[in-house]
This record gives sequence, structure tokens and C-alpha cells, in this order.
Amino acid sequence: MEIPRDDLVAMYATMAKIRYFEERIKEIYYEDKLPAFDIAAGPIPGEMHLAAGQEPVAVGVMPHLRPGDAITATHRPHHVAIAQGVDLKQMAAEIFGKDTGLGHGKGGHMHLFSVEPSFGCSGIIGEGMPVACGAALAFKKQGKDNVAISFFGEGAANQGAFHESLNLAALWNLPVVFICEDNEFAISVPKSASTAIADNSDRASAYGMPGVLVPDNDPVGVYEAAGEAIRRARDGRGPSLIEVRTLRLWGHFEGDADAYRSDEYKQAMGDKDPMVRYPERLISEGILTPADADALKKAAHEEVDEAIEFARSSPYPAPEDALKHVFA
Amino acid sequence: MTATMTERKLTMQKAIAEAIGQEMERDDTVFVMGEDVAVYGGIFGATEGLYDRFGGERVMDTPISETGFIGAAVGAAVHGMRPIAELMFVDFFGVCMDQIYNNMAKIHYFSGGNVKVPMVLTTAVGGGYSDAGQHSQTLWGTFAHLPGMKVVVPSSAYDAKGLMISAIRDDNPVVYMFHKGALGLGWMTNNPHATGPVPEEPYTVPIGKANVVREGTDITIATIGLSVHRALDAAETLAADGISAEILDLRSLVPLDRDAIVESVKKTHRLLVVDEDYRSFGMSGEVITTAIEGAFDYLDAPPGRIAEPDVPIPYSRPMEQFALPDVDKIVSGSRAMMSA
Ligand SMILES: Cc1ncc(C[n+]2csc(CCOP(=O)(O)OP(=O)(O)O)c2C)c(N)n1
Repeated sequence: MEIPRDDLVAMYATMAKIRYFEERIKEIYYEDKLPAFDIAAGPIPGEMHLAAGQEPVAVGVMPHLRPGDAITATHRPHHVAIAQGVDLKQMAAEIFGKDTGLGHGKGGHMHLFSVEPSFGCSGIIGEGMPVACGAALAFKKQGKDNVAISFFGEGAANQGAFHESLNLAALWNLPVVFICEDNEFAISVPKSASTAIADNSDRASAYGMPGVLVPDNDPVGVYEAAGEAIRRARDGRGPSLIEVRTLRLWGHFEGDADAYRSDEYKQAMGDKDPMVRYPERLISEGILTPADADALKKAAHEEVDEAIEFARSSPYPAPEDALKHVFA
Repeated sequence: MTATMTERKLTMQKAIAEAIGQEMERDDTVFVMGEDVAVYGGIFGATEGLYDRFGGERVMDTPISETGFIGAAVGAAVHGMRPIAELMFVDFFGVCMDQIYNNMAKIHYFSGGNVKVPMVLTTAVGGGYSDAGQHSQTLWGTFAHLPGMKVVVPSSAYDAKGLMISAIRDDNPVVYMFHKGALGLGWMTNNPHATGPVPEEPYTVPIGKANVVREGTDITIATIGLSVHRALDAAETLAADGISAEILDLRSLVPLDRDAIVESVKKTHRLLVVDEDYRSFGMSGEVITTAIEGAFDYLDAPPGRIAEPDVPIPYSRPMEQFALPDVDKIVSGSRAMMSA
């Protein structure tokens, strides 16, 4: 497949934005929490699951999306939300618990909800998959050619919701694409200790849909697989499952000692960092010059810094706002 | 208790892990399963060190398949084992509740008492650290509402060990809830009440007996879990005002020690219930009803409650603090009742 240069470049720019966003959140997360780590303290309290290393999964899907398409993501949602174009300022503000956030501080980092573009995520493993089926069902009933994309970790593929959703999607021929972000670990449990087969993409055949494995955390591989799956879905040819081998470069959550992964494992991951490999490839193929890459990175950083500044300087909600928004 | 027995202090987290380890040593049929309970030692340390001691056959990491492994615990319990299954956060019960309340809790009854389900379902509860609405709930009222399972919530390291040993030896399913803020975890806000004397040898604390953790004469503050600590701190402030608060740690909701509630209210004539769970249709209403049924003529003021105001737990700190019980709310609530 010939990939438009603009898409290749946009994928890099978005990866740079994601990585820098995660780096800034990580740094700010530790403010006022140390030396004795206190999860409740600092400008960003609570759990924090960052997606450094998983950028390719998100950016490879996004060039194929159209207005009106819907996404559900997981407890590790930032990369997907950023790639989809969820408002960065409001997203950052939500993570800071501010009134200007996507949910006025109600949801926080695991509960980011955007109307346009349509994005939702959840802290419960597997929870987004049936919801994506429902979005796809709505599109079908409304005669739209929109698609729903459900991102989930390989750990979620052992949850009942995964199997029920795949069956529903195939049975009802829904325009939905399931994207498994296989970073090999569900907190401390490796896939080999949780999953009876090696490749979750093989499970697609049990539900009568195509299953594609994208090895090697490659944005271009994701782009190709997602392009085909999304075309199928838009054409009314039903759902697909894509499994991407990706990397969780940091701990499961911030503060995770990550003792269950060896130093060699972590070193090997670092050597495969997509934020190094992908721009090198674009440069070696003459798609970008090093100067272009720097300029894109700089622009991405500026946008992130602005969003973070907006979040920091925004006001908190009033305490009694807790009582608002329970019902419409 | 002898001096040597009281010398050793443990956090509640270590007391729980010690209790499980001692029971595993005593009884081959006891085993543990759950997500990250083996190599990681449990996200909240409830199984710390057990994988190294007992190996992967008895301390089993599971896939993220709660319906599967909790249902499997039920099956193993029916067939001669005493499983301990960990549901990492109670908030996750949604994906597996059928196995819990339609199966674990009902098999004994359906069998006319012939089949036993001796298992423990451990789970972490509670908020206050901005983990938002899917990782901060207590939900003990939800479990207590459904017949057939005991519901235990320790507030001290001593009780945690004794109640865990009782739970493992119980022939009934026991839901054992530990409040994250009461465990004494290094990564939670430091809580001095989380550490206390724990005897080294195994011992039991009976399930269904409330505990008067502070005696008083003016008002009964009935509560459970981390709010016991909040109430103890509030009682100090109230004492300086000349208000003598009696703190009743319920320790379990099922069975509920109704006699202890009635007895304390007969003595103090006032009742304030502090509940980190949702306000309506839950523990606070049940405890107040118990007092009205058993000590109506003794009450000098309408019973009061401090509870979560029936909203999902918000993420942002100011809103979360507004929603959850704290020392100030207990102090002002008690003062208001004294002047009522
Ligand atoms: C139903 C449910 N069970 C357990 C958890 C606790 N938990 C949070 S993240 C996680 C691991 C998820 O692994 P995976 O789906 O592979 O995603 P990753 O964290 O690797 O991105 C677990 C077990 C949860 N949030 N929801």
C-alpha cells in the first residue's frame, strides 16, 4: 500500500505530542508526592497509567477516521485521546481535576469523555468493548457509514466482555474494529501466564471475523491493518480484530517498582523505542529531514506546554459541585 | 495480653498477609488466587511473601477473568478446598457479581444446608486519594444487602489478623474488605492508626461482634473501616469540648451486632452513624433503624448520619473531600446533635 506522505508525517507529529504529554504528566505527577510517595498528594493525585511506547497503536488508526466515528479506550487512554484529537487543554485540565476539564473534574485520567470527537474510556478492564458495539449498532440503525473503534489491552482479552463483544459484533455485522494493545503485561502478569494461546488475533476466527497481527510496534503496520479493517467496516462488511505487539516503556502505573520485569527486558524495550525508530526511518527514507523532525517536535511540545499551562492555571471546581451532574 | 505479645507492631497489611500465611501452613486446603497476588504480592500487599513461601500452586495469579476465577473458587470450596479469592478493588464486582451473589451466597441455602461454600473473597475498598468513581467505593452496603455472605471490614491490625483467620475457618462465604487507607501502605497517606500490636501466634476475632474502641457517655458514633480512625480523632477534639463520644466499631455488617448498637445507645442516648458508603439504602439506615427498634425510648435526639451523598465519587480533590466523611464532619455533626 502506498501511504500518503502527509499521513506518515502526521503520525510522527502526533507521536511526538503524545510522548511529550506523557513525559510532562509523569514529571508533574511526582510534584509534592516525594520523598515518601503519597498517592493522594500533588497537583495530579490518584493512579496514573501512562502510554509511553504505545504511541504507534493510536497514531496508526487515526488517519482513517472521519468526523462522527467513535472510540472507546482503557485506563491507559491519553495516547488514543490525543491521536483522535480530543481537546488537549480540556483533557489536561481534567487530569488536573479542574473545572475547565472535559468532565469538570468529575472523572479524572481514567474517565475522559468527549462528545466531539466521540471518545470514552473506563477504569474497568474490558468495559469499552460492548459500548463500541453499541456505537456501531447506532451508526448502522441511523444509516451512517461511521465506525467504532475499541482499544483494549491484551489482559482484557480474557475478560468475558471481549468474547461477548466479538460475537455480538460478528452476529450483527457491526462496523466496529477491535484493537488489542499487546504490551505483554497486565500489571505484573505476563501474557504467557494469563492466556492459553500465543496470539489473540487467532481468537477472531472463533467469531467469524478477520484477525490480523501487527508485529513490532510499527505505526505503518498499524496504519495498513487499520485502514483495511476500517474500510471493511464502513462498507458494511463487518468487524475485525487487530492485535498490535507494543511496548509499555514505563511501569503499569506511576510509582510501580516494576520489579516483575528484568533489567534486560527493560533495556531491550528501550532499544526498540518507537520515538527513536520511527523518525530514524522517516529520515532514512527521505520523508523527513532531521530539521523537519525537530520542527514538528517543537510544535508538538509547544501545544502540550500550552495545554498543561491552561490546566495548571485553571480553577478547581467548588466542593459542592460534587452534587451536580448525577442526572440529566 | 502479656507484655511480650503486645510488643510487636504490624501494619494492617502485614497482619492480613501473616494471617493468610499461617492458615496456609496449618491447612493444606487453603489457597489463594487473584490478579497480581503471586509475584507482585497483591496490589495492596495482602499476599506479600506468600508466593515465595508456598509457590505458584497455592498462590495463583489469574487472568483478568473475575467471573471465571471467583466462580472457580466457589467450585473449589464446594469440593473440599478453602480458597481465598481476591477481587482487586471492590468496584470491579460488576464484572463478576453473578458468581458472588447468585452462586457463592445462595448454594448453601438452595441445598437446604447440605452444601457448604467455605471461601473468603478479599477486596480493597475506600477512597480519599483521588482514584475516582471506579476505584474508590466501599459498597459494603451492597454486599450486606444480599443474603448469604458474611461481610467483614477490619479497622485495626489486630482485628485484621483475627478476623482473617476466622474468615478462613468459617464454613460460610465471607467477604473480607480492607480499606486502602487503613492498611498502612507506604504509598498511601501516612495513617498512624494503621499500625498496632499483633500477636505472632494465630488467634481469632469472632465475626459478628462489634467493638467499643473508645468508651463514652454522651453520644455513640457507630462506624466501620477507616471511619473508625476518623471517629477516634474526632473524639479527641470532642473531648476537649467536654463531649464524651463512644466509638463503636461494627467490624462486620453481616452479621450486624445489633445488641451492641442498642446497648450503646441506651447508655449515651444519641447516635451518629458514619458511613463512607452511599447514604441511601445502606448501612447508616440499617444501624439507625436498629437503634430506633431497640432503644426508641432512650433517644434524646433524632439519630444522625454522615455518609456519601449519593453521588459517584468525584475525582477532583475538593469535590471528593466534600463527598467523603472526615474528622471535621464528625466533630460538627456530633456537636450539632449535642445541642439538638
Ligand atoms: C475488571 C477489572 N479487573 C481488574 C482491574 C485491575 N487492573 C487495572 S489495569 C490491569 C491490567 C490491564 O492489563 P491490560 O488490559 O493488558 O492493559 P495494560 O495495563 O497493559 O495497558 C488490571 C488487572 C480492573 N481495572 N478492572
